Formats: sequence, structure tokens, C-alpha cells
Amino acid sequence: MGSVSLIALLVAAVAFSAGGILIGQILVKGSKNPQKGQAYECGIPTITSPWHQFNVGYYLFALLFLIFDVELIFLYPWAVVVKQVGIVALFEILVFIFILFMGFLYAHKKGALQWS
Amino acid sequence: MSHEKAINDLKIKSSMFSLEGITSSLHQWLYATLSPTFALLAECVIVILLAIALFAALGLVLVLMERKVAAHIQIRLGPNRVGPGGMFQTVADTLKLIMKEGLTPDKADKFLFNLAPFIVMIVAMLLLAPIAFAKGFQIWDINIGVLYLSAISSLSVIGILMAGWASNNKYSLLGAMRSGAQIVSYELSAGLAILSIVVLSGSLQISDIIAAQENGWWLFKGHIPVIISFVIFIIAVTAETNRAPFDLAEAESELTAGFHTEYSGMRFALFFLAEYINIFIVCAIGATLFLGGWMPLHIGHWEGFNHIMDYIPSSIWFFGKTIFLIFLIMWFRWTFPRLRVDQLLNLEWKYLLPISMLNLILVTIIAIFGWHF
Repeated sequence: MGSVSLIALLVAAVAFSAGGILIGQILVKGSKNPQKGQAYECGIPTITSPWHQFNVGYYLFALLFLIFDVELIFLYPWAVVVKQVGIVALFEILVFIFILFMGFLYAHKKGALQWS
Repeated sequence: MSHEKAINDLKIKSSMFSLEGITSSLHQWLYATLSPTFALLAECVIVILLAIALFAALGLVLVLMERKVAAHIQIRLGPNRVGPGGMFQTVADTLKLIMKEGLTPDKADKFLFNLAPFIVMIVAMLLLAPIAFAKGFQIWDINIGVLYLSAISSLSVIGILMAGWASNNKYSLLGAMRSGAQIVSYELSAGLAILSIVVLSGSLQISDIIAAQENGWWLFKGHIPVIISFVIFIIAVTAETNRAPFDLAEAESELTAGFHTEYSGMRFALFFLAEYINIFIVCAIGATLFLGGWMPLHIGHWEGFNHIMDYIPSSIWFFGKTIFLIFLIMWFRWTFPRLRVDQLLNLEWKYLLPISMLNLILVTIIAIFGWHF
């Protein structure tokens, strides 16, 4: 099958999830209670919203991930043809990875990989 | 000569009952009797039904398998009350979950909260497309199969972040952030490990990669570098599926349940199911790339041995390898203690990523000079 199969799978996923949730909602007779709508924590009422600042470390790792993920995208077409191109492709990728590795070492030296 | 003829007859007979024979004859029959549009529609309906059936079956089997493996490693019996040997325990659990009320917290972002389980399920379902379950039994043999798999699988983090953010719960948000950092980090070394197989096979298409392993699986043909990338791949996918020892995104003792703390009823069941489906899919990818997918165990020029192995159906080979890898990942859970978040990121960024980059160069040298078998 061609690309239509992706639409079929999409329909299958939505039908499966929506069907399950709908059956649950039809079968269950819920009770009303203001306590039910509260966030699940230790039992005492929650103070402050969780939607505020969090550790900047996650952001740093996300940035680093972006760099290396783009690198990975460049490597895919290279990986397909490397056997045909031969030794030239090897040297080219050595240069590519060397430059990237320097950047990686710089990030390491700057302490971006340190979780604080 | 009559001996060879008999073997050929047997092959034809066995191919009639193989999945490949069934799918191709069904395809021909549909297009012969119906107009192309309706035939395509009928095939879509068959794919939808099969995919849903596979999801349900995998959910039931893998949850039971997890509990049984856990029980036997801890020298207990595990579920053994519902059905013979506890076979129907998961069915009973699912019925219970259906009967539970699906709550939405008052302060939650209602739209995103309800959308998140759908995203996670859609991603899990779309990943089925290029997986070869048996010889000629593949939903869509995309020519960029490996790229498709890594692209779609990285979408699941969006569903997880969405769930954690929308819940308006501190545990959920913390779990989702940890999970996001972990998934994106380990995706890199998983991608590099996959690339080493692409370099060796010279193709991104799943069927080409399997065909390249006809005279031996890459794990055995590729010397030590491929073994290294296999180990890195297994570690990375264990982390990507949030399994122990990398399960700090849903560490029960500190975050109750991580990103799905606020979910209950069927929505929780969908997250739970998607988690197990994802384990199955990453193990299927690992089995396809490193262990030959549906390809039987072939050793070089041992014709007789290869012949005997060919008689075992390809679907059994595929599911056997996949279940073996799943068992391996379940085994990890009871062997290694949970990592801390800084240890987790150190392991990826300071060890796995440099090692897998150097390993990729080694694999390239092997591939260019043809030093593999």
C-alpha cells in the first residue's frame, strides 16, 4: 500500500482512542464532588501554580540537542551513498565530525553539560 | 532430481499458507473484483482492523509478560487467579479501567489535556507503517523507512510534554520535563546507532536492509563496531521508552506517576498502552536492523543449515527476535537501580554520544573497505 496507509493508520488511532474513551464515558455514572477536580498532591490544598519558571538546564540541553539533531539529518543522505563514494566520503565526514566535536568540547569546557 | 522437485513443491505449498501468499492473493482478488477506489478502501479497512487488533493483542500480552517476568525474577508467581495461569489478568484490568471515571482537573488546560493521549496513540500507530512483520507483510515499504521511523518516533515527546503541561500539576510538569530532556538526548545516540546499519546496508528502505542480511545478521557480520552500536541502541531505546533504570520521568517514589499523574480511566489506559506499544516498536526496529527482521538465521554458505531454517515461518522469526529484545529490556528493570537526572544526562552526553560518533567512523571504515563478512 502507498501513502494512503498513513491516513488509514491515523483513522485507526483516532477511532481506537476515541472509542475507548467514549465507551468509558457511556458506561460510567460519575458522582459530583468538588474535591475530585483538585490537583493530585499530598492532600493539602495546592499553593502556587506549577506553570512558572523551571531549571534552565533543560533549555541548554534542548539547544545542544538541536545542533546534534540537525547534524544527524545531514548524516542520513551521506550514510546511504558512503559505500559508493568510498574513501572521499570518509574524509569529508571526518572533517564534519571534527568540527562538530570541537563545538561539543567547547560546550563541555563551558560547563553546559554540567547539571546544576 | 525428484528430491529437489519435492522440496520445491513443499516450498510452494508452504508459501500458499504464508502471510506473503495470503496478502498478495488478497490484494489481487480485491483489485480483480472491485474498482480500484473501492479496492483501496477495502485494503484501508483491513489495515485499520489489523492495526487495532494488533494494538489490543500487544497491550494484553505485553502487560501480562511484564508482570510474569517481574514475578519470576523476584521468585514469586505473579498473576495466577484470572484464567489459566493468570492469562486473562490484563483483560480484567482493562475492564476495570473502562469502568473508572475519567477525571479532568478543574484548573487543567482542558483541550490539551484531552488531546495528549490521542497524540501519543497516533504516533504509536503511525510507527507501524514501515515495520516488516513477516516476508512481504508490511503496510508501506517507504524508501526512507529508517528516516521515517526516527522522525515519527521523536514526535511522541510532544504528547508527553503536552500531557505534563496541561495537567496543571507539579508532579506532571516535572515528570514531563525530565522525560522530554531524556527522550531528546537519547534520540541522538539511538540515531547514530541506526545510522551505522544504514552505512553498512547502503539504503534507508527496511526491505533492503533486511535483504542485505540474507547471509547473516548485521550483529554477526559487522564485527565489534556493530556490537557496540547494538549495545548503544538498546541502552538508548530503554531510555527513550522511559523504562527502568531510566524511569526517573515517572519515578513512583518521588513523582507519583510523572506526566500521567492526573489521568484516570481510559485516558490513563491509552498512555499505558502506548508505552508498551512503543517498547514493542523499538524492539521491532532493533530486531529488523541488527537481527535481520523476518530473515531466518543464515550462516554464510551452509546450504543445508540455511534450508532447514527457511522452514520456520518468517513471522515467527520476527516475533521471536522482538520478544527476545522486549524480555531483555524487562530484565534490565530488575537488574539496575534507577539513575539520577545528572547521571542520566552525563551517561548520554559524556559517554554514549562521543562513543557512538567514533563508532560510526569505525563502521564507515569497515563498510568502505568491505571488511565485514
